[in-house]
Amino acid sequence: MKPKVTIIDYGLGNLFSIKRAFEHCDADVKITKSPDDIDNADRLVLPGVGAFSAGIIGLKELHLLEPIKEYALTGRPFLGICLGMQMMMEVSEEFGKHRGLGVIRGTVVPVPSKGKNSEKLKIPHVGWNSLCKPRYIDSWEKTILQGISSGTYMYFVHSYHAVPSDKNSCIAFADYGGHRLSAVISMDYIYGCQFHPERSGKVGLEIIKNFLYI
Amino acid sequence: MSNIRLIARLDIKGPNLVKGIHLEGFRVIGGPYEHAKKYYQNGVDELIYMDTVASLYGRNSLIEIIKHTACDIFVPLTVGGGIRSVDDVRNILRAGADKVAINTAAVKRPELIAEVSNNFGCQCMVLSIEAKRDGRGGWEVFTDNGREHTGMGVVEWVKRGEELGAGEIFLTSVDQEGTRKGFDVELVKIVSNTASVPVIASGGMGEIAHLLEVIRKGNVDAVAMADILHYKRRTLYEIRNAVLAEGIKVREI
Repeated sequence: MKPKVTIIDYGLGNLFSIKRAFEHCDADVKITKSPDDIDNADRLVLPGVGAFSAGIIGLKELHLLEPIKEYALTGRPFLGICLGMQMMMEVSEEFGKHRGLGVIRGTVVPVPSKGKNSEKLKIPHVGWNSLCKPRYIDSWEKTILQGISSGTYMYFVHSYHAVPSDKNSCIAFADYGGHRLSAVISMDYIYGCQFHPERSGKVGLEIIKNFLYI
Repeated sequence: MSNIRLIARLDIKGPNLVKGIHLEGFRVIGGPYEHAKKYYQNGVDELIYMDTVASLYGRNSLIEIIKHTACDIFVPLTVGGGIRSVDDVRNILRAGADKVAINTAAVKRPELIAEVSNNFGCQCMVLSIEAKRDGRGGWEVFTDNGREHTGMGVVEWVKRGEELGAGEIFLTSVDQEGTRKGFDVELVKIVSNTASVPVIASGGMGEIAHLLEVIRKGNVDAVAMADILHYKRRTLYEIRNAVLAEGIKVREI
Protein backbone atom coordinates (compact mmCIF):
# COMPACT_ATOMS: atom_id res chain seq x y z
CA MET A 1 0.00 0.00 0.00
CA LYS A 2 1.18 3.50 -0.81
CA PRO A 3 2.09 5.66 2.20
CA LYS A 4 -0.53 8.34 2.81
CA VAL A 5 0.27 11.99 3.35
CA THR A 6 -2.04 14.88 4.12
CA ILE A 7 -0.97 18.37 3.01
CA ILE A 8 -2.61 21.41 4.57
CA ASP A 9 -3.96 24.00 2.13
CA TYR A 10 -4.46 27.36 3.80
CA GLY A 11 -4.01 29.51 0.73
CA LEU A 12 -0.26 30.11 1.03
CA GLY A 13 2.63 28.18 -0.34
CA ASN A 14 3.73 26.20 -3.31
CA LEU A 15 1.27 23.41 -2.63
CA PHE A 16 1.53 22.12 -6.15
CA SER A 17 5.27 21.54 -6.20
CA ILE A 18 5.02 19.79 -2.85
CA LYS A 19 2.15 17.61 -4.01
CA ARG A 20 4.05 16.60 -7.16
CA ALA A 21 7.21 15.85 -5.22
CA PHE A 22 5.30 13.51 -2.86
CA GLU A 23 3.51 11.86 -5.78
CA HIS A 24 6.85 11.38 -7.48
CA CYS A 25 7.92 9.50 -4.33
CA ASP A 26 4.87 7.28 -4.74
CA ALA A 27 2.74 8.71 -1.96
CA ASP A 28 -1.01 8.83 -1.80
CA VAL A 29 -1.53 12.60 -1.39
CA LYS A 30 -4.53 14.35 0.07
CA ILE A 31 -4.75 18.13 0.07
CA THR A 32 -7.10 19.48 2.68
CA LYS A 33 -8.57 22.44 4.53
CA SER A 34 -10.60 20.28 6.86
CA PRO A 35 -9.91 19.77 10.60
CA ASP A 36 -11.26 16.19 10.35
CA ASP A 37 -8.72 15.26 7.72
CA ILE A 38 -5.98 16.54 10.00
CA ASP A 39 -7.30 14.42 12.89
CA ASN A 40 -7.26 11.37 10.65
CA ALA A 41 -3.92 11.93 8.93
CA ASP A 42 -1.16 9.31 8.96
CA ARG A 43 1.44 11.90 8.05
CA LEU A 44 0.89 15.64 8.01
CA VAL A 45 2.69 18.32 5.99
CA LEU A 46 2.44 22.05 6.67
CA PRO A 47 3.90 23.90 3.66
CA GLY A 48 4.25 27.62 3.30
CA VAL A 49 6.07 30.55 1.80
CA GLY A 50 5.47 34.20 2.56
CA ALA A 51 4.76 36.15 5.71
CA PHE A 52 4.38 34.54 9.15
CA SER A 53 1.32 36.54 10.19
CA ALA A 54 -0.46 35.81 6.89
CA GLY A 55 0.21 32.11 7.44
CA ILE A 56 -1.12 32.04 10.97
CA ILE A 57 -4.17 34.10 9.99
CA GLY A 58 -4.81 31.66 7.13
CA LEU A 59 -4.76 28.71 9.54
CA LYS A 60 -6.89 30.53 12.09
CA GLU A 61 -9.61 31.44 9.59
CA LEU A 62 -9.94 27.79 8.64
CA HIS A 63 -10.02 26.78 12.34
CA LEU A 64 -6.94 24.64 11.85
CA LEU A 65 -4.69 25.87 14.68
CA GLU A 66 -6.12 23.59 17.36
CA PRO A 67 -6.39 20.47 15.18
CA ILE A 68 -2.74 20.88 14.14
CA LYS A 69 -1.58 21.31 17.75
CA GLU A 70 -3.57 18.25 18.78
CA TYR A 71 -2.19 16.25 15.88
CA ALA A 72 1.35 17.16 16.95
CA LEU A 73 0.69 15.67 20.39
CA THR A 74 -0.28 12.29 18.96
CA GLY A 75 3.28 11.43 17.96
CA ARG A 76 2.40 10.85 14.30
CA PRO A 77 4.89 12.20 11.70
CA PHE A 78 4.56 15.91 11.02
CA LEU A 79 6.66 17.94 8.59
CA GLY A 80 6.75 21.73 8.31
CA ILE A 81 8.47 23.22 5.28
CA CYS A 82 9.97 26.76 5.22
CA LEU A 83 7.25 29.03 6.66
CA GLY A 84 5.52 25.83 7.79
CA MET A 85 8.54 25.09 9.96
CA GLN A 86 8.65 28.62 11.31
CA MET A 87 4.97 28.47 12.26
CA MET A 88 5.73 25.41 14.42
CA MET A 89 7.63 27.72 16.80
CA GLU A 90 6.12 29.65 19.70
CA VAL A 91 6.61 33.20 18.50
CA SER A 92 7.91 35.20 15.52
CA GLU A 93 9.38 38.68 15.32
CA GLU A 94 8.33 39.14 11.69
CA PHE A 95 6.63 42.59 11.44
CA GLY A 96 5.80 42.76 15.16
CA LYS A 97 5.37 39.79 17.47
CA HIS A 98 3.14 36.95 16.40
CA ARG A 99 2.24 33.75 18.14
CA GLY A 100 2.96 30.51 16.32
CA LEU A 101 1.69 26.99 16.85
CA GLY A 102 4.13 26.41 19.69
CA VAL A 103 4.68 22.79 18.75
CA ILE A 104 8.43 23.30 19.16
CA ARG A 105 9.76 25.74 21.74
CA GLY A 106 11.63 28.71 20.39
CA THR A 107 11.39 31.86 18.31
CA VAL A 108 11.66 33.08 14.72
CA VAL A 109 14.04 35.98 14.13
CA PRO A 110 15.40 37.86 11.07
CA VAL A 111 18.35 36.43 9.14
CA PRO A 112 21.24 38.81 9.99
CA SER A 113 22.03 41.25 7.15
CA LYS A 114 25.69 41.40 8.14
CA GLY A 115 28.11 38.50 8.30
CA LYS A 116 30.47 37.72 11.15
CA ASN A 117 33.17 39.76 9.40
CA SER A 118 30.60 42.57 8.97
CA GLU A 119 30.28 41.93 5.24
CA LYS A 120 26.90 42.69 3.67
CA LEU A 121 24.61 39.66 3.39
CA LYS A 122 21.81 39.60 0.84
CA ILE A 123 18.32 39.13 2.27
CA PRO A 124 16.39 36.93 1.49
CA HIS A 125 18.97 34.16 1.86
CA VAL A 126 18.35 32.57 -1.55
CA GLY A 127 20.13 29.64 -3.07
CA TRP A 128 21.81 26.31 -2.52
CA ASN A 129 23.53 25.96 0.80
CA SER A 130 25.03 22.90 2.43
CA LEU A 131 23.65 21.03 5.43
CA CYS A 132 26.04 20.81 8.36
CA LYS A 133 25.79 18.38 11.23
CA PRO A 134 26.23 20.02 14.64
CA ARG A 135 28.80 18.43 16.94
CA TYR A 136 26.19 17.33 19.47
CA ILE A 137 24.41 15.20 16.84
CA ASP A 138 26.02 11.78 16.41
CA SER A 139 24.17 10.63 13.38
CA TRP A 140 21.22 11.38 11.10
CA GLU A 141 20.17 7.72 11.12
CA LYS A 142 16.47 7.25 11.82
CA THR A 143 15.71 10.90 11.01
CA ILE A 144 14.45 12.40 7.76
CA LEU A 145 18.13 13.02 6.90
CA GLN A 146 18.95 9.32 6.93
CA GLY A 147 21.33 8.51 4.06
CA ILE A 148 22.12 12.17 3.38
CA SER A 149 25.77 13.18 3.79
CA SER A 150 26.82 16.21 5.73
CA GLY A 151 27.68 18.93 3.20
CA THR A 152 24.82 18.09 0.83
CA TYR A 153 23.30 21.17 -0.81
CA MET A 154 19.65 22.13 -0.45
CA TYR A 155 17.65 25.06 -1.83
CA PHE A 156 16.88 27.80 0.70
CA VAL A 157 14.81 30.94 0.34
CA HIS A 158 13.90 32.84 3.51
CA SER A 159 14.37 36.12 5.39
CA TYR A 160 13.66 34.76 8.89
CA HIS A 161 14.94 31.70 10.70
CA ALA A 162 13.90 29.56 13.64
CA VAL A 163 15.88 29.45 16.86
CA PRO A 164 14.75 26.53 19.03
CA SER A 165 15.07 26.98 22.81
CA ASP A 166 16.62 23.55 23.10
CA LYS A 167 19.58 23.68 20.74
CA ASN A 168 19.57 19.88 20.50
CA SER A 169 16.40 20.06 18.47
CA CYS A 170 18.39 21.63 15.62
CA ILE A 171 19.78 18.54 13.88
CA ALA A 172 21.20 20.34 10.83
CA PHE A 173 22.21 23.92 10.18
CA ALA A 174 23.34 26.05 7.26
CA ASP A 175 26.13 28.58 7.48
CA TYR A 176 25.34 32.08 6.18
CA GLY A 177 28.11 34.61 6.65
CA GLY A 178 29.30 32.76 9.74
CA HIS A 179 25.81 32.60 11.27
CA ARG A 180 24.20 29.26 12.00
CA LEU A 181 20.70 29.05 10.56
CA SER A 182 18.53 26.11 11.63
CA ALA A 183 18.05 23.95 8.54
CA VAL A 184 16.28 20.98 10.13
CA ILE A 185 14.68 20.92 13.55
CA SER A 186 13.21 17.84 15.08
CA MET A 187 11.42 16.63 18.16
CA ASP A 188 10.35 12.99 18.11
CA TYR A 189 8.41 12.64 14.85
CA ILE A 190 7.96 16.36 14.33
CA TYR A 191 10.29 17.81 11.70
CA GLY A 192 10.83 21.24 10.27
CA CYS A 193 12.87 21.97 7.14
CA GLN A 194 13.88 25.55 6.46
CA PHE A 195 14.97 24.63 2.93
CA HIS A 196 12.66 23.28 0.24
CA PRO A 197 13.16 19.51 -0.19
CA GLU A 198 10.64 19.61 -3.04
CA ARG A 199 12.90 22.07 -4.93
CA SER A 200 16.25 20.54 -4.00
CA GLY A 201 16.56 18.05 -6.83
CA LYS A 202 17.16 14.35 -6.28
CA VAL A 203 18.60 14.68 -2.76
CA GLY A 204 15.57 16.71 -1.71
CA LEU A 205 13.32 13.90 -2.90
CA GLU A 206 15.32 11.50 -0.70
CA ILE A 207 14.26 13.52 2.33
CA ILE A 208 10.63 13.38 1.22
CA LYS A 209 10.92 9.62 0.82
CA ASN A 210 12.46 9.33 4.28
CA PHE A 211 9.51 11.22 5.76
CA LEU A 212 7.11 8.77 4.10
CA TYR A 213 8.75 5.77 5.72
CA ILE A 214 9.64 7.20 9.10
CA MET B 1 27.84 35.55 0.31
CA SER B 2 25.74 32.62 -0.85
CA ASN B 3 26.90 30.10 -3.38
CA ILE B 4 26.58 31.50 -6.88
CA ARG B 5 23.54 30.07 -8.62
CA LEU B 6 23.87 28.80 -12.18
CA ILE B 7 20.52 29.35 -13.86
CA ALA B 8 19.27 28.36 -17.31
CA ARG B 9 17.13 30.99 -19.01
CA LEU B 10 14.61 29.70 -21.53
CA ASP B 11 12.86 32.26 -23.72
CA ILE B 12 9.57 30.85 -24.90
CA LYS B 13 7.40 31.74 -27.88
CA GLY B 14 4.17 29.77 -28.18
CA PRO B 15 5.14 26.12 -27.72
CA ASN B 16 8.82 26.68 -28.55
CA LEU B 17 12.08 27.46 -26.86
CA VAL B 18 13.60 30.36 -28.81
CA LYS B 19 16.72 32.49 -28.70
CA GLY B 20 17.18 36.02 -29.98
CA ILE B 21 19.78 38.76 -30.13
CA HIS B 22 19.11 41.90 -28.07
CA LEU B 23 15.78 40.19 -27.18
CA GLU B 24 14.71 40.30 -30.85
CA GLY B 25 14.68 38.11 -33.96
CA PHE B 26 13.90 34.89 -32.16
CA ARG B 27 15.09 31.59 -33.63
CA VAL B 28 13.37 28.35 -32.69
CA ILE B 29 15.63 25.99 -30.73
CA GLY B 30 13.24 23.17 -29.81
CA GLY B 31 10.96 22.06 -27.00
CA PRO B 32 11.24 23.96 -23.70
CA TYR B 33 10.43 20.96 -21.52
CA GLU B 34 13.02 18.72 -23.18
CA HIS B 35 15.71 21.33 -22.69
CA ALA B 36 14.66 22.07 -19.11
CA LYS B 37 14.74 18.36 -18.32
CA LYS B 38 18.24 18.00 -19.72
CA TYR B 39 19.48 21.01 -17.75
CA TYR B 40 17.89 19.60 -14.59
CA GLN B 41 19.63 16.29 -15.13
CA ASN B 42 22.89 18.17 -15.68
CA GLY B 43 22.48 19.90 -12.34
CA VAL B 44 21.07 23.34 -13.09
CA ASP B 45 20.39 25.33 -9.90
CA GLU B 46 17.22 27.03 -11.15
CA LEU B 47 15.20 27.61 -14.30
CA ILE B 48 13.75 30.82 -15.69
CA TYR B 49 11.05 30.79 -18.39
CA MET B 50 10.43 34.08 -20.16
CA ASP B 51 7.38 34.27 -22.40
CA THR B 52 8.50 36.52 -25.25
CA VAL B 53 5.06 37.04 -26.74
CA ALA B 54 3.50 38.02 -23.45
CA SER B 55 0.10 38.57 -24.94
CA LEU B 56 -3.01 37.67 -23.00
CA TYR B 57 -4.01 35.39 -25.84
CA GLY B 58 -2.32 32.08 -26.31
CA ARG B 59 -1.28 31.91 -22.65
CA ASN B 60 -2.55 28.37 -22.41
CA SER B 61 0.56 26.93 -23.99
CA LEU B 62 2.74 28.66 -21.36
CA ILE B 63 0.63 27.23 -18.53
CA GLU B 64 0.86 23.77 -20.12
CA ILE B 65 4.64 24.07 -20.38
CA ILE B 66 4.87 25.07 -16.69
CA LYS B 67 2.64 22.15 -15.65
CA HIS B 68 4.65 19.69 -17.66
CA THR B 69 7.90 21.04 -16.18
CA ALA B 70 6.64 20.86 -12.61
CA CYS B 71 5.76 17.18 -13.01
CA ASP B 72 9.27 15.85 -12.78
CA ILE B 73 11.70 18.75 -12.51
CA PHE B 74 12.40 19.57 -8.87
CA VAL B 75 14.38 22.80 -8.86
CA PRO B 76 12.97 26.33 -8.50
CA LEU B 77 11.17 27.71 -11.54
CA THR B 78 10.68 31.43 -12.21
CA VAL B 79 8.24 32.49 -14.92
CA GLY B 80 8.04 35.92 -16.54
CA GLY B 81 6.47 37.70 -19.48
CA GLY B 82 3.06 39.33 -19.69
CA ILE B 83 2.17 39.11 -16.00
CA ARG B 84 -0.19 42.00 -15.18
CA SER B 85 -2.11 41.15 -12.02
CA VAL B 86 -2.22 39.15 -8.80
CA ASP B 87 -4.58 36.74 -10.57
CA ASP B 88 -2.03 36.16 -13.33
CA VAL B 89 0.55 35.39 -10.66
CA ARG B 90 -1.77 32.98 -8.89
CA ASN B 91 -2.42 31.07 -12.13
CA ILE B 92 1.27 30.74 -12.84
CA LEU B 93 2.08 29.58 -9.30
CA ARG B 94 -0.82 27.13 -9.39
CA ALA B 95 0.63 25.61 -12.53
CA GLY B 96 3.83 24.86 -10.61
CA ALA B 97 6.10 27.93 -10.76
CA ASP B 98 7.80 29.17 -7.57
CA LYS B 99 8.43 32.79 -8.49
CA VAL B 100 7.32 35.31 -11.08
CA ALA B 101 9.46 37.86 -12.91
CA ILE B 102 7.67 41.12 -13.74
CA ASN B 103 8.97 44.00 -15.84
CA THR B 104 6.53 45.95 -18.04
CA ALA B 105 3.49 45.80 -15.75
CA ALA B 106 5.60 46.82 -12.74
CA VAL B 107 6.91 49.88 -14.59
CA LYS B 108 3.37 50.88 -15.59
CA ARG B 109 1.95 50.30 -12.12
CA PRO B 110 4.66 49.91 -9.46
CA GLU B 111 2.09 49.02 -6.76
CA LEU B 112 1.83 45.63 -8.46
CA ILE B 113 5.20 44.78 -6.86
CA ALA B 114 3.75 45.37 -3.40
CA GLU B 115 0.57 43.48 -4.22
CA VAL B 116 2.47 40.39 -5.37
CA SER B 117 4.89 40.60 -2.48
CA ASN B 118 2.12 40.97 0.11
CA ASN B 119 0.07 38.14 -1.33
CA PHE B 120 2.77 35.57 -2.03
CA GLY B 121 5.85 36.77 -0.14
CA CYS B 122 8.79 38.81 -1.41
CA GLN B 123 10.72 35.64 -2.35
CA CYS B 124 8.11 35.15 -5.07
CA MET B 125 8.39 38.66 -6.55
CA VAL B 126 11.35 38.90 -8.91
CA LEU B 127 11.73 42.33 -10.47
CA SER B 128 12.85 41.84 -14.06
CA ILE B 129 14.80 44.79 -15.44
CA GLU B 130 15.77 45.24 -19.08
CA ALA B 131 18.63 47.73 -19.10
CA LYS B 132 20.33 49.62 -21.94
CA ARG B 133 23.24 52.02 -21.78
CA ASP B 134 21.97 55.57 -22.12
CA GLY B 135 25.13 57.00 -23.71
CA ARG B 136 25.71 59.26 -20.70
CA GLY B 137 27.41 56.73 -18.48
CA GLY B 138 24.21 55.38 -17.01
CA TRP B 139 21.54 52.80 -17.87
CA GLU B 140 17.90 53.23 -18.75
CA VAL B 141 15.08 50.81 -17.93
CA PHE B 142 13.27 49.44 -20.99
CA THR B 143 10.06 47.45 -21.27
CA ASP B 144 8.46 45.15 -23.86
CA ASN B 145 11.57 43.11 -24.67
CA GLY B 146 13.85 46.11 -24.77
CA ARG B 147 11.70 48.10 -27.20
CA GLU B 148 10.07 50.82 -25.12
CA HIS B 149 11.87 53.65 -23.31
CA THR B 150 10.80 54.49 -19.77
CA GLY B 151 13.07 57.46 -19.11
CA MET B 152 13.89 55.86 -15.76
CA GLY B 153 17.40 55.13 -14.48
CA VAL B 154 18.18 51.52 -13.54
CA VAL B 155 19.68 52.29 -10.12
CA GLU B 156 16.71 54.43 -9.13
CA TRP B 157 14.30 51.67 -10.21
CA VAL B 158 16.22 49.01 -8.28
CA LYS B 159 15.88 51.06 -5.08
CA ARG B 160 12.20 51.74 -5.68
CA GLY B 161 11.49 48.08 -6.53
CA GLU B 162 13.15 46.91 -3.34
CA GLU B 163 11.18 49.37 -1.23
CA LEU B 164 7.99 48.06 -2.78
CA GLY B 165 8.90 44.49 -1.88
CA ALA B 166 10.85 42.85 -4.70
CA GLY B 167 12.80 39.88 -3.31
CA GLU B 168 15.21 39.47 -6.20
CA ILE B 169 16.40 41.43 -9.23
CA PHE B 170 16.64 39.71 -12.61
CA LEU B 171 18.84 42.03 -14.63
CA THR B 172 19.13 41.68 -18.40
CA SER B 173 21.53 43.81 -20.40
CA VAL B 174 19.70 44.31 -23.69
CA ASP B 175 22.93 45.59 -25.24
CA GLN B 176 24.79 42.36 -24.51
CA GLU B 177 21.93 39.85 -24.75
CA GLY B 178 22.51 37.20 -27.43
CA THR B 179 25.82 38.74 -28.54
CA ARG B 180 28.14 36.21 -26.82
CA LYS B 181 30.40 39.16 -26.05
CA GLY B 182 30.23 38.93 -22.28
CA PHE B 183 28.12 40.51 -19.56
CA ASP B 184 27.79 44.24 -18.96
CA VAL B 185 29.94 43.91 -15.86
CA GLU B 186 29.71 47.58 -14.89
CA LEU B 187 25.94 47.44 -14.93
CA VAL B 188 25.87 44.23 -12.91
CA LYS B 189 28.30 45.63 -10.38
CA ILE B 190 26.41 48.85 -9.78
CA VAL B 191 23.11 47.02 -9.40
CA SER B 192 24.57 44.32 -7.11
CA ASN B 193 26.16 46.91 -4.89
CA THR B 194 22.96 48.98 -4.77
CA ALA B 195 20.63 46.09 -4.05
CA SER B 196 20.23 44.46 -0.66
CA VAL B 197 18.35 41.59 -2.34
CA PRO B 198 20.02 39.00 -4.60
CA VAL B 199 20.78 39.93 -8.22
CA ILE B 200 20.69 37.57 -11.21
CA ALA B 201 22.79 38.73 -14.18
CA SER B 202 21.61 37.89 -17.68
CA GLY B 203 22.78 38.64 -21.18
CA GLY B 204 25.99 38.06 -23.07
CA MET B 205 27.59 34.86 -21.86
CA GLY B 206 29.59 33.51 -24.78
CA GLU B 207 32.21 31.56 -22.90
CA ILE B 208 33.11 30.44 -19.39
CA ALA B 209 35.58 33.30 -18.98
CA HIS B 210 32.65 35.74 -19.18
CA LEU B 211 31.00 33.97 -16.28
CA LEU B 212 34.13 34.12 -14.16
CA GLU B 213 34.49 37.82 -14.93
CA VAL B 214 30.94 38.74 -13.93
CA ILE B 215 31.21 36.75 -10.71
CA ARG B 216 34.56 38.27 -9.74
CA LYS B 217 34.01 41.85 -10.81
CA GLY B 218 30.24 42.11 -10.78
CA ASN B 219 29.58 40.86 -7.22
CA VAL B 220 26.64 38.97 -8.58
CA ASP B 221 24.57 36.37 -6.71
CA ALA B 222 23.37 34.34 -9.67
CA VAL B 223 23.95 34.09 -13.40
CA ALA B 224 21.39 33.24 -16.07
CA MET B 225 22.67 31.64 -19.25
CA ALA B 226 20.91 30.76 -22.48
CA ASP B 227 22.79 30.78 -25.78
CA ILE B 228 25.81 28.86 -24.45
CA LEU B 229 23.54 26.02 -23.28
CA HIS B 230 20.87 26.03 -25.98
CA TYR B 231 23.44 25.88 -28.79
CA LYS B 232 25.29 23.16 -26.86
CA ARG B 233 28.54 25.10 -26.79
CA ARG B 234 29.10 24.10 -23.16
CA THR B 235 27.31 21.79 -20.74
CA LEU B 236 26.32 22.80 -17.25
CA TYR B 237 28.65 20.12 -16.03
CA GLU B 238 31.65 21.73 -17.70
CA ILE B 239 30.58 25.17 -16.55
CA ARG B 240 30.14 24.12 -12.91
CA ASN B 241 33.46 22.30 -12.83
CA ALA B 242 35.27 25.24 -14.39
CA VAL B 243 33.83 27.60 -11.77
CA LEU B 244 34.71 25.22 -8.94
CA ALA B 245 38.24 24.85 -10.30
CA GLU B 246 38.62 28.62 -9.94
CA GLY B 247 37.75 28.38 -6.26
CA ILE B 248 34.36 30.08 -6.67
CA LYS B 249 31.61 28.79 -4.41
CA VAL B 250 28.80 27.01 -6.23
CA ARG B 251 26.69 24.01 -5.36
CA GLU B 252 28.73 20.84 -5.57
CA ILE B 253 26.85 17.91 -7.00
